[in-house]
Amino acid sequence: MAVTGLVLIAFLLMHMIGNLKMFIPVYVNEVGETVNEFNHYAEFLKQDLLYPILPKGVFIWIFRLVILACLVLHIYSAVTLWLRANRATASKYTVKKTIKQSFSSKWMRWGGILLALLLTWHLIQFTIVPTLAGDHDPRSLVIAAFQQPLFVAIYVAMMLVVYLHLAHGFGSAFMTLGANTSPKAERVLRVIAHWVAALILVGFVAMPFSVLAGVIN
Amino acid sequence: MAAKKPEDFFRIGAEISDKKAPDKPIDQVWQTRQFEAHLVNPANRRKLTVIIVGTGLAGGAAAASLGEAGYNVLNFCYQDSARRAHSIAAQGGINAAKNYRNDNDSVHRLFYDTVKGGDYRSRETNVYRLAEVSASIIDQCVAQGVPFAREYGGLLDNRSFGGVQVQRTFYARGQTGQQLLIGAYQALSRQVDAGTVKMFPRHEMLELIVVDGRARGIVTRDMVTGAVESHIGDAVVLATGGYGNVFFLSTNAMGCNNTANFRAYRKGAYFANPCYTQIHPTCIPVHGTNQSKLTLMSESLRNDGRIWVPKKAEDCTKDPRQIPEEDRDYYLERIYPSFGNLVPRDIASRQAKYRCDEGLGVGPAVTEIDPDGNERQVRRGVYLDFAEAIGRLGKDAVSAKYGNLFDMYAQITGEDPYSTPMRIYPAVHYTMGGLWVDYDLSSNIPGLYVCGEANFSDHGANRLGASALMQGLADGYFVLPNTINDYLADALSFPKVSQDAPEVVEAVTAVKDQIDKLLAVDGERTVDSFHKELGSIMWEYCGMERREEGLMTAIQKIRELREEFWQNVKVTGVNEDFNQTLERAGRLVDFFDLGELLCIDALHRRESCGGHFRAESQTEDGEALRDDKNFLYVGAWEYGGEGGKPILHKEPLVYKAIELKQRSYK
Amino acid sequence: MSDNTLNLTLRVWRQPNRNAPGKIEEYKISGISTDSSFLEMLDELNEQLTVEGKEPVAFDHDCREGICGMCGIVINGVPHGRGNSLDTPTTTCQLHMRKFKNGDVITIEPWRAAPFPVIKDLAVDRSAFDKIIQAGGYVSVPTGAAPEAHANAVSKLKADRAFDAATCIGCGACVAACPNSSGMLFTAAKITHLGLLPQGQPERALRVKRMIGKHDELGFGGCQNLGECAAVCPKSIPLDTISQLNRDLIASLFKGDGKH
Repeated sequence: MAVTGLVLIAFLLMHMIGNLKMFIPVYVNEVGETVNEFNHYAEFLKQDLLYPILPKGVFIWIFRLVILACLVLHIYSAVTLWLRANRATASKYTVKKTIKQSFSSKWMRWGGILLALLLTWHLIQFTIVPTLAGDHDPRSLVIAAFQQPLFVAIYVAMMLVVYLHLAHGFGSAFMTLGANTSPKAERVLRVIAHWVAALILVGFVAMPFSVLAGVIN
Repeated sequence: MAAKKPEDFFRIGAEISDKKAPDKPIDQVWQTRQFEAHLVNPANRRKLTVIIVGTGLAGGAAAASLGEAGYNVLNFCYQDSARRAHSIAAQGGINAAKNYRNDNDSVHRLFYDTVKGGDYRSRETNVYRLAEVSASIIDQCVAQGVPFAREYGGLLDNRSFGGVQVQRTFYARGQTGQQLLIGAYQALSRQVDAGTVKMFPRHEMLELIVVDGRARGIVTRDMVTGAVESHIGDAVVLATGGYGNVFFLSTNAMGCNNTANFRAYRKGAYFANPCYTQIHPTCIPVHGTNQSKLTLMSESLRNDGRIWVPKKAEDCTKDPRQIPEEDRDYYLERIYPSFGNLVPRDIASRQAKYRCDEGLGVGPAVTEIDPDGNERQVRRGVYLDFAEAIGRLGKDAVSAKYGNLFDMYAQITGEDPYSTPMRIYPAVHYTMGGLWVDYDLSSNIPGLYVCGEANFSDHGANRLGASALMQGLADGYFVLPNTINDYLADALSFPKVSQDAPEVVEAVTAVKDQIDKLLAVDGERTVDSFHKELGSIMWEYCGMERREEGLMTAIQKIRELREEFWQNVKVTGVNEDFNQTLERAGRLVDFFDLGELLCIDALHRRESCGGHFRAESQTEDGEALRDDKNFLYVGAWEYGGEGGKPILHKEPLVYKAIELKQRSYK
Repeated sequence: MSDNTLNLTLRVWRQPNRNAPGKIEEYKISGISTDSSFLEMLDELNEQLTVEGKEPVAFDHDCREGICGMCGIVINGVPHGRGNSLDTPTTTCQLHMRKFKNGDVITIEPWRAAPFPVIKDLAVDRSAFDKIIQAGGYVSVPTGAAPEAHANAVSKLKADRAFDAATCIGCGACVAACPNSSGMLFTAAKITHLGLLPQGQPERALRVKRMIGKHDELGFGGCQNLGECAAVCPKSIPLDTISQLNRDLIASLFKGDGKH
């Protein structure tokens, strides 16, 4: 759970940096070529990374498989934990207060399910459909999508759920791996988790809002 | 109806003596006994079953050690887990003659201090052995992972405790008992895992099975299902603790009881010195009539706190901070100028009682029944004041020393002891008396062994601080596992006892009959109301100060109360259930009889010694006055039958290694 | 000390036995001294019920000085209860009625967790904890086989940390508070206590594997690092003991002596 979660967070950070390339406008360089940094980056990921060690277009599939495997293992662990918890808490309190538990931690499971659904939609919209359609201009695709307020709203909602998931998950993963060595360490981990989650939230929603506002076009 | 003379309450039987300790110089007795004791071949041990009742320091340690040795052990406790036995509540520490402080300590000094502290009413040979094995206890516990207090160099810390002049007490903050018990519990758990010990939690022993004069088993009630079951073995070990709850209010746990011991007594085991009860002076006072138990605070508080009461009765309800210095009576400092607030437990306790009897007590007024049967309101508390210590040392230093005790006090009373004086009052804490045992810890019933607080052996008339933990673990880890084999060596030749043997059936029937009888009364009064009344009789007449006519009154009152109990008690529910009322009712039945025996023992012992203070036997200064000429013996009582008089067997005490002295704290 | 008394409404979980269904019953009780403890208040309720010819409420308790770990009731949704404040955690027996106000409605329930089945009313069976300790929560040192106590020096820091973990009283509040009914804090306290001391080293890897294996087998839930357990622990066992357990568990995967 912890290891796969951290791999997925690392992926998100990388993905975020890619997305931020949308802020670099399409420009014409000194030799007169039209440079589209975002599309170039997307192309690089899909075709050129680790070339010529691997044939073109192979790395992206290995990468996708690893991420998918992490996702599957992460969900498998979550479901296992959830089922164990359900068996262990078969009888319910009529009155129950929580003292320490954070709001974000209460959202780990239902938030996780929501996230899985939104992620599926996200992949269909930005990966599966364009790939099948043979679209090679992701920048235009992104701009077209985020000029519609509805898509921005759904995307932001998804990122809010990600925020909640990471605000607990990031720190918790480190605790599970043994990094909580003192009450102070625990506080530090929980604070860092919120910052990492906030960074990812801001990093991801900045671009769609900018598209909507017409800053990116 | 009431008999008029103490002699009318009992009969005198034959003198007894310990036959097991070899006649050798005191430092060779134990090694000689270990060598002479018969052994059991390891291959034969697993064919032998030892029943152990109790899982505290003595019982838990014995079960773990005998399990390791290879015996088949059945271990019973009334709690839901072995880890909860009341040894867990001991705060102060455990003594051992390690001489780590290089301050003249030795086995002989620990032995000497313990005999002297016990006011020369203990058996020399047993006490010497206790001191001898004390060092091994510390080794054993450290190896188990007991986190004793350490110094920065990584070695064990020691402190001085209980008024002795050497630093020999090992401790684990204020939770030494807990840590030692958890150590024993872990050792026990290891044996449960290994399959040598079978645990029976939530099982209460209600009868002893004696076949052909030998202890061969017990009858228990499963406290969850109510099932009354018999368990057969080759020897029975009782490690069931003390009987302080006969006073209802004590520092014992609510469940502590004397039923196992008393059932053995009724089957012929002698009960020795029941009148030796220890009262602890620094407990939190009673707050009202629904008080259920008393909480002890470490005696170390008396090192810096000053004890006082107002000089004028009208000041007793005032805020103590408003009472000027000249209107305060620091009575211990006044009466005992050299020891002051550090006088021994019994003196500090008795003086507090006198002040409150004189109407100078403080705190809430509590309803009591006076000797004439009238209700009265008495304030039972004296001040323990840290204002001077805080002024002298500063609040931080006082907090560093006593912080946890102050927190505990604040939690229970809702008062801040840093700003207002604490209130304290004595409470029953430990009982030195118990089943009579010989040097091997065997009772007079062959095959019945008794360990820890449940036996009478090592503390005489008074127990020193930090010695209870030592005795419990000494008995459990080192003594019993080296003596019980002498008996078990022959056990393979004993006839087998089946579950339907007449003695077993009779014991089971007796238990069931008593349960049925209790449930059938269906009267008006609750079990606790009877227990509280018994407790107040005991506390009034047989508490800190005892007098002849008061004790005879108490016996009469107990008999009347017992009569009313059997007419008018209300025990709800049925046997085949988790029925806590029924459990308490059964324990109270034995407390009535024990209370009576305790009063008879106190009545017959017309001297003051240790925890037993007879008002008729005191010095001009009001100190306890021993009568070695007439009472230098262990009083072992034999059951005299239903309604019969108990029979006193005297075991004369012989002091060869130590000279008798009268103590003085002036 | 005060002369205040309280009139209260108690909503108490009544359940005849393990298999029977239970329900909340309501009782009125009056004249409770604010100086009495919560359990003394329940004693009074039981006296009242007995006199009325009703079955008293079954609840576990013993030492009543906060050390044996026998008592444990969920009071107004918090294991061991806090009254009307959420300050420092305590055992049920050390909760006093001055923490409540006149007229309060107090809901009283047993620990609820599948590994702790209800025996009756508020009493539960916690023998699962004993089984976890039996799986390895000890140092294998037969009686008489111990080296001299000063043979091993132990740094004061480690000894103190081990002590903090060793103060666990096994009450089960951690499990009762955990939304997953996990017994990790209890298990981790023992792992940390023994794992920090030199005496605990030879069995360290094996111990953590066996104890966690038993913990999971007994049906306790997993840990989400929520912190509810430590927040109700009357002995303030810190949450970092769980991380210590995790470190030991990870390390044991790479050690030969972790196998058995």
